[in-house]
Amino acid sequence: MKIDRRSFLTYGTALVLGGAAGSMLTPAPWKLTDDVAIWTQNWPWTPVPEDGEITYKQSVCTLCPGGCGINVRLVNGRPIKIEGSKDHPANKGSLCPMGISGLQYLYGPSRVTSPLKREGKRGEGKWKKVSWEEALTAVAKKLAELRENGRPQSVACITGSDRGTIPNLIGRFLTAYGSPNYIRSANAQDAIEQAIYLAQGKQGTPGFDIEKADFILSFGSGLLDGWGSPGRMFNLYGNQKPAKKIIQIEPRLSDTAAKATQWIGINPGTEGALALGIAHVIIKESLYDRNFVENYAFGFDDWTDDNGKAHDGFAKMAKKFAPEKVSRITGIPKAEIVSLARAFARASKPIALNGRGHGSVPGSIDESLAVQSLNALVGNINKPGGISAMPDSNYAKWPEVNIDEIASKGMQQPRIDGAGSEQFPNTRFLLNRLPEIINSAQGESPIQALMVTDANPLYTLPDTAATKKAFDRIPFIVSFSPYMDETASHADYILPNHSYLERLQDVPTSTGISLQVTGLAKPVVKPLYDTKHVGDSFIHMAKALGGFIENAFPWDDYEAFLKETLNDQWRKFKRKGVIEIEHNLPEPLAYTFNTVSGKFEFYPTARNSATQKENSALPSYTPVPIEGDVQRFKLVLIPYDSIRLASGYMANAPFMTKTVDDTVLKNQIGLLEINPATAKELSLKEGDTAILTTPKGKATVKIHLYEGIMPGIIAMPRGLGHTAYSEYLADKGTNFNELIGPIEDPTSGLDMAWGIRAKLTRA
Amino acid sequence: MSSTDPNQTVSTEAAPETAPTPVDHEPETNDSPPSKSSGWAVFLFFMIGFVGSILSGWILFPELLYSKKDQPIDFNHAVHLDMVSDECNSCHYFRDDGSFAGMPDLSSCVDCHEEAQTDDPEEIKFVDEYVTPGIEVPWLNHSKQPDCVFFSHSAHVIGADMSCESCHGDIGTSEHTRVFEENRLTGYSRDIWGHSISRLGKPEAGEPLPMKMNDCAKCHKEETGHKGACFQCHK
Repeated sequence: MKIDRRSFLTYGTALVLGGAAGSMLTPAPWKLTDDVAIWTQNWPWTPVPEDGEITYKQSVCTLCPGGCGINVRLVNGRPIKIEGSKDHPANKGSLCPMGISGLQYLYGPSRVTSPLKREGKRGEGKWKKVSWEEALTAVAKKLAELRENGRPQSVACITGSDRGTIPNLIGRFLTAYGSPNYIRSANAQDAIEQAIYLAQGKQGTPGFDIEKADFILSFGSGLLDGWGSPGRMFNLYGNQKPAKKIIQIEPRLSDTAAKATQWIGINPGTEGALALGIAHVIIKESLYDRNFVENYAFGFDDWTDDNGKAHDGFAKMAKKFAPEKVSRITGIPKAEIVSLARAFARASKPIALNGRGHGSVPGSIDESLAVQSLNALVGNINKPGGISAMPDSNYAKWPEVNIDEIASKGMQQPRIDGAGSEQFPNTRFLLNRLPEIINSAQGESPIQALMVTDANPLYTLPDTAATKKAFDRIPFIVSFSPYMDETASHADYILPNHSYLERLQDVPTSTGISLQVTGLAKPVVKPLYDTKHVGDSFIHMAKALGGFIENAFPWDDYEAFLKETLNDQWRKFKRKGVIEIEHNLPEPLAYTFNTVSGKFEFYPTARNSATQKENSALPSYTPVPIEGDVQRFKLVLIPYDSIRLASGYMANAPFMTKTVDDTVLKNQIGLLEINPATAKELSLKEGDTAILTTPKGKATVKIHLYEGIMPGIIAMPRGLGHTAYSEYLADKGTNFNELIGPIEDPTSGLDMAWGIRAKLTRA
Repeated sequence: MSSTDPNQTVSTEAAPETAPTPVDHEPETNDSPPSKSSGWAVFLFFMIGFVGSILSGWILFPELLYSKKDQPIDFNHAVHLDMVSDECNSCHYFRDDGSFAGMPDLSSCVDCHEEAQTDDPEEIKFVDEYVTPGIEVPWLNHSKQPDCVFFSHSAHVIGADMSCESCHGDIGTSEHTRVFEENRLTGYSRDIWGHSISRLGKPEAGEPLPMKMNDCAKCHKEETGHKGACFQCHK
């Protein structure tokens, strides 16, 4: 047998084929196929969660004022999942998408990992890492300098909340230091709180007993879109009995409206007129609660004051709002208004709510008063299924602050934002007025140093451009944010607080809940980075400033302060995580109100009537002025809120942005909702790119045709368009606040803007 | 084979080269086809490949696929089992939440082995190298499953009242650790596939059962009447 080239190939082929055929009769190919498949799953760069012992830690979510209880699941001490706590009376196990995705705030790349000092220009993003000692000393030195120059009042502090021990500790610091300018961010609670204060004389958080109510009349509140305590609201929808009716009144078909018993489209901004129209029908047809109105209310009928001056009563005011007229204002058919009024008054436990969307904008006091008057007409004040002013937990008792002469002089200065002044006597904080005041000041800024914690005014305040201009005029800005948010990225120093899962703090009564509950947020994990509790930072600075300021803080750290505050309740609190104070509603026949008349005031005598039409303090309807020339800006732009978009000072977690439909955000561009009929007039099609212009700003948007929005109205969501944080959040869509400016309510000074005029041009 | 190629037989270039060959060198076989004598050879080579690959596939392949490793410490289950009160559960226990602790960590061992109890060199090694410096023993787990598999010991041991031996064999009475045969590609133990490379036949009494998905399904089919749904294990 001779092997030449050709036969070599032949025999070789035979050998290989034989080998291949033979191998088919062995386990090798089958086994290898299986092993290769498993091998590909075990590449070292594939992330594999750590295995280990599973534990749970109870805490309270502080991402929004909802204050839901959370149960954090840990593996080997590492938080891996957040669930709603079944034991918390606010949310009873439910949790919103933001709360569920909270771990991204802990581990995400937007964390500030150590104290930072600005290098280069503001907002340029150049930072130098500094030690805590250096950062705190620098801030304390600046504060000491301003005090030495006799200007302690030029220091302001913006916070997210004014309840609980942390805001109180900061307020105490400012008092001892000598500045009255403690400013809390605003929300719809402010207007409702003020309306309740004016009518009932009680300062407190509004509590709505919607669980027991059987007819919920919502004037645009996004009950299912993140209003109040979202976990609680999910339960309301999940457990509602068929007999419960939810009537949603708003210009756009929101998720809340879609899930309501009935959606009533209304011209935006005219909700107050509708409330008065409903009152008109109830009074005219004598459907109101006679017992309450005649025995416990004041100002329903015309009255004469001590000086002999005659005033109109609420009934006379309501008389002016006949269904025909209200129908013209609101766009709701006359018959609908009448039947709505009858259904509301005849329900056994009706309740009326307001505060648009998430309730991030206060809105007009007239509107809140009109809605509260509806609740009073059906007599559901301080009753199960009704509304009441929840007193703040008064567990906090600290030694009195002694202040020195400089501080005393500083504290006597008027507040920079005008809250509590003659013009706005019943308002406590007016952050929305701050940019304008700073921008219009002659010479240097009246605020020389600004401290910001749990707030992000550069994102959340209306008219971003003006806010930025004002911030540029403030020479010294300190942020305590754990995240590189818009405000932190424009600060001079960042003294990062622990993130919410790493810090201790008490959480007072959840928004809107009619229970007096205080929760305790406990650290579920040791701080991952070189951060410091904001309370500790302030105590440290107080000690550095010395004198009376140091004396006001006899505590070593925040924990000692909290422990002393809670006193004998500390141990119970730490174990249970929640303190619930049984809130006994006053007997319906013993209604007590702290007003001048001692009754529920339909005519709120505490309201400054000088700024009102005809000098009457009665709730009326004056259209909220809307910015923009009708000829130039033919459309009206309104914002909307969604449970999938966080619009407050905490940005969306990237997981949440992932859940947003591509009719809201597509390829980094936000979509604008427009009625098909309006789009046709402008010859715009679905998906077209357009330029949206308002008197305040400009944005590139994509067009989304939506039958659920009224013709002539266009809508876009709040919560998009961040410029800071991380690449996972920045530059997605448009920040609505860049397109709108604040409109001051004449009674409260709070922002009551509900929309702005706009125009659309094809890009 | 060349006869199947029409190009070669009709090619004018190929013809002068191929035609003289049988005339010059093998004139006596001039009339027989050139491939006849190589047919047996082709078959021979085919068979060499065939048989060789069968033999290597059955004998050599398993030897190559698995590396042999010793456990860090030669652990004696039998000694420990005599001394504990709650059998396997004494060390391989269920946590309060029902999850299975698996291999005990050092904290379970130090109660007794703070210092060596005997002069056994393996125990001394254990104390010196692991207990004293506080390093967890990197045990090689014969039953480790990929991360995509969810398995609940609770459901089987507590829920279905199965014994440990029914899957893991007589490991509790072993005096020495077995050699850990690690799959060079996947890193998992040979026990998962089963000792038999063909997966035919049943493991001998006292040996651990194979733990591939089909093994789970087979037992589930027998015991519950259904193989089970994907998401029961692949969550």
